[in-house]
Amino acid sequence: MQKYSIFNLVKNAFSNHENWDLAWKDPTPKEEYDVVIIGGGGHGLATAYYLAKEHNITNVAIIEKGWIGGGNVGRNTTIIRSNYMHDENGLFSEFGMDLWRKMSQDLNYNVMFSPRGIINLAHSDAQMNAYARRGNSMRLNGIDAVLLNREQVKEIIPMADFSENVRFPIFGGLMQPSAGTARHDAVAWGYARQADSMGVDIIQNCEVIGFDVSAGKIKGIRTSRGNIKAKKVGICVAGSTNILAEKLNMTLPIETHLLQACVSEPVKPVLDNVVTFGAGHFYVSQSDKGEMVMGGDLDGYNSYAQRGNLPTLQHVLTEGIAMMPFLSKLKMLRTWGGIMDMSMDGSPIIDKTHIDGLYLNCGWCYGGFKATPASGWTFAHTIAQDRVHELNAGYSLNRFNTGHLIDEKGLGTKTWIS
Amino acid sequence: MLYINCPHCGMRSQNEFSYGGDASVKRPELNKEVSDQEWDNFVYNRKSLRGKHLELWQHISGCRQWIKVERDTATHEIFRTFKADEEVA
Repeated sequence: MQKYSIFNLVKNAFSNHENWDLAWKDPTPKEEYDVVIIGGGGHGLATAYYLAKEHNITNVAIIEKGWIGGGNVGRNTTIIRSNYMHDENGLFSEFGMDLWRKMSQDLNYNVMFSPRGIINLAHSDAQMNAYARRGNSMRLNGIDAVLLNREQVKEIIPMADFSENVRFPIFGGLMQPSAGTARHDAVAWGYARQADSMGVDIIQNCEVIGFDVSAGKIKGIRTSRGNIKAKKVGICVAGSTNILAEKLNMTLPIETHLLQACVSEPVKPVLDNVVTFGAGHFYVSQSDKGEMVMGGDLDGYNSYAQRGNLPTLQHVLTEGIAMMPFLSKLKMLRTWGGIMDMSMDGSPIIDKTHIDGLYLNCGWCYGGFKATPASGWTFAHTIAQDRVHELNAGYSLNRFNTGHLIDEKGLGTKTWIS
Repeated sequence: MLYINCPHCGMRSQNEFSYGGDASVKRPELNKEVSDQEWDNFVYNRKSLRGKHLELWQHISGCRQWIKVERDTATHEIFRTFKADEEVA
């Protein structure tokens, strides 16, 4: 594989950049693989990469119905954070933060990781107390957290509404300084390029139409491009999880919902951090191009549409304007939607299944992008060793049966209610 | 914008409604032994498929009644609506 470097960039300039190697190949599926990963999104590509890198398993195929990186990894608002209270989520995400910090070097691909900090605003004394508690829990797990008072927040984001007579005055906020953003497409492409170079077959435009299971053991998959035998199969398909689960006669604690995001026209640098509104569900950051990147609530009903509906967008942006009134002056440039695998406690599932050799990775709700490296790393471990790693031991499928829910937001069993 | 035909009030915009999830889920019957699996299926497990989906909505800013809506989860087309206690064939 050609290394991306300043020297290669200069060298290729002399041939008008026409002689670069393809970043990944377009192979025909082989008859059999040691591991087949279904889903060529961020998590699937990362899983294949860590299978090859950490476990030396390179006879691997990624089966993708469309094109790689065309789902949620290409549709998210690029926020990376580990500001969780519960141990399972905090330790898992903080492990991921370490992988994010060295990702560009690791993948030889600039993922533009920008640890610019995230601020969760608080709008009441009770919320300040809750944030103090969450911040303390984070610090006990080695995650950086700073509780800011109103004046400190004003210092960082003076453009927010600090007037006295507003419905949701800003009391302060909880900041994770090491959180940030990254270039989402680069993450998918970087993992794909490295996985491909280590021998992983990335097979696009190949839909999974069924599974071959006999005597409780996975034997292979049936696809639109023929049958593929596999010793192990990992499912990593986010919003399409239920469609594959039905083919396996599994019913999962997952519902598929629609989440929208949008960007404004580009403006000069105004916002250095990621900021979330505490009295609803709205978050905003500014991209390197200057666009304000915004998102918030689910549309609120089961959907596979991958496109949004205006009432929710209006609701979300109303919150945004309440928080930062200058946003009302900006023109909207683009809006889009993606489909989320909403789990019943708001936390993901990375686990084995009742079928030997079949593994499941789903339930990422709003937070799939930031989990990409940690999810791939732990899923690769679970597949390679046929047992969960201690980092994803809490993300078991049977926790709904045993009552060990990880209910980070305290929303109970309807995580789409906000 | 979805338009939902409330069987009590007529055609209204989605802004008047709130969503209540899969309407085909049945609570385990009272006065009989209920297995953990049955509770799981009632509380957590959902089919959530692509295509026709029978679901509950509440006309929260209207008559406040719960209704059933048959809707396509891929196209968002609404086919039929029912009163909450109507049996759907």
